[in-house]
Amino acid sequence: MSPKPPLILIALALFLAMAIILATGMGFLVITPGEVIRVLWAKACGAGLVADLNPTFPFVIMEVRLPRILAAAIVGGGLAVAGAVFQAILLNPLADPYTLGVSSGAAFGASLALVLGISGITVPIFVSVPLFSFLGAMATLGAVFALAAPDGRLSSNTLILAGVIVAAILSAGIGFIKYLADEQVGVIIFWLMGSLVGKTWHDVALTAGFVFPGLLVMLYFARDLNIMSLGGRMADTLGVDSRRVKKILLLCASLITAICVSISGIIGFVGLIVPHLLRMVLGPDNRLLIPACFFGGAILLLTADTITRAWLPTELPIGVLTSLIGGPFFCYIFRKKQLGQRA
Amino acid sequence: MNTNTLAAPLFVITKGCFAYRTDNVLQDIDLSLAPGRFYGLIGPNGSGKSTLLDLLTATRSLQGGQIAFQGRPLANYAKKELAVKIALVPQQFAMGFDFTVAELVLMGRYPHIPRFSNPTVRDLRLVDEAMAVMQIDGLRHRLISDLSGGEKQRVVVARALAQDTEVLVLDEATANLDIHHTIEIMHVIRKLVRDQGRTVIAAIHDLNLAAAFCDQVIVLKEGSIFTAGPVAEVLTSHLIAEVFQVEAEVQAATPDHPPQIHFTLN
Repeated sequence: MSPKPPLILIALALFLAMAIILATGMGFLVITPGEVIRVLWAKACGAGLVADLNPTFPFVIMEVRLPRILAAAIVGGGLAVAGAVFQAILLNPLADPYTLGVSSGAAFGASLALVLGISGITVPIFVSVPLFSFLGAMATLGAVFALAAPDGRLSSNTLILAGVIVAAILSAGIGFIKYLADEQVGVIIFWLMGSLVGKTWHDVALTAGFVFPGLLVMLYFARDLNIMSLGGRMADTLGVDSRRVKKILLLCASLITAICVSISGIIGFVGLIVPHLLRMVLGPDNRLLIPACFFGGAILLLTADTITRAWLPTELPIGVLTSLIGGPFFCYIFRKKQLGQRA
Repeated sequence: MNTNTLAAPLFVITKGCFAYRTDNVLQDIDLSLAPGRFYGLIGPNGSGKSTLLDLLTATRSLQGGQIAFQGRPLANYAKKELAVKIALVPQQFAMGFDFTVAELVLMGRYPHIPRFSNPTVRDLRLVDEAMAVMQIDGLRHRLISDLSGGEKQRVVVARALAQDTEVLVLDEATANLDIHHTIEIMHVIRKLVRDQGRTVIAAIHDLNLAAAFCDQVIVLKEGSIFTAGPVAEVLTSHLIAEVFQVEAEVQAATPDHPPQIHFTLN
């Protein structure tokens, strides 16, 4: 609502671009940012500026690092905007992309695919896991909506309760599958903790194909979302069809969550902490908050993924790392805010 | 029912019925409201006042009968169309997130501002005026959560004023305010009716307040319209005894003073 917002967004976008270039240079084979830019420039223009560089650089950058880095950025951004929208719709700053049980559905689907793989059913894992987890997430969303439907206003209590019930049933299902998997249970557990190892351009395209259109829809309804924070009755008298907007945005956020989870496993905290923190800093106006969350989430997950990929001696599941970084930071901010309010 | 036959009625409800699941809340409502009047909606708790206001603002739909607004079925209006004609001030107000006072009042302008446009000079002027009238200019940059209950309520009224609609619907809008601010707000709203010909429909618990500020009262009892008409004719001790089961003495209106109601407290 003030003239400065675009500047903040431009700054965040530049910061993300820098993070991507720096991260691409980091790893076992160190490449300077200048060399990264030259390789990218050469790829984009098809020019031969790279003759003097190590001939493995283009391959390392284009085929190994960049897909994973972009996947991390898009998944992080996607989870953060989904979190922002869930928080805004459910009028609950502690909601996250997994509040409606979408992650449990995805996890159930993925576990099922993994256990089917173990028991010798020959569907390639890299196809079956994302597919099953996506279907699981969508089926969960359908179940939650069906449970909540009798409530004409789709109130946040009804939705959260429906989500909790469905998630509880699915967790029991996942437990049963883990039990069936027996000694192979490690595969499932590792997937549940999230990882971006070995992501390909195919994965990047798939996530981008959901996250960016979803983001556009969210931006379209961002102002309506502001009005909806006044409650359904007020929003209706201000010309917002709150029930319809709620449905569209929940579907959007859930689709984004589902695709992110199916590509990367369950990565906690990004979808909770990024919108929460940015709202503290930038205020609750969704027209600014949602795009800012995309950049913020992308930067956070990319940083976390680069730490586990390039710095740590062994790869830590990224979901564990995001919570380990995010948690204490969140505590710090939270405490600072509490103290600040008292003063 | 309506004495004003010159202007076309603003709202006409015929045989209106509404039920929550199986409980009838409103039945057989026949009502015609003229423009440029201040209507008070009175009745005991649970008599259907809020529901009737929800029907008028189209946040709920009739289950039987019809409701027309400016000669057209209310259901045929798009939400956006109604939002520039009818504004609502609720009694309870919970804000999900911490917008500032100015941002919230500006939300009253949203129905007038295209989705991706910035507010015009006129929008901002109306916001400023609304805040000035409600005496909340000084709170402009404060967060909603930092305000007292009374300040919050004035912000909500300012938001509705900024919406700049011909119809204003108040659902016990002053119930949480002290007497000073209550009278202040009622004066502001009375002025809108008198000077600008706007229509106000207000659910009011305080019968003296209704008597002092409204032109007409509509009395609801158990989901039906018990009676309706000019304040001086309707508000009698007989009516109060019958509708509220309270004994009261009504001091008749004089040219300078509205009728006053003295309740027998024991």
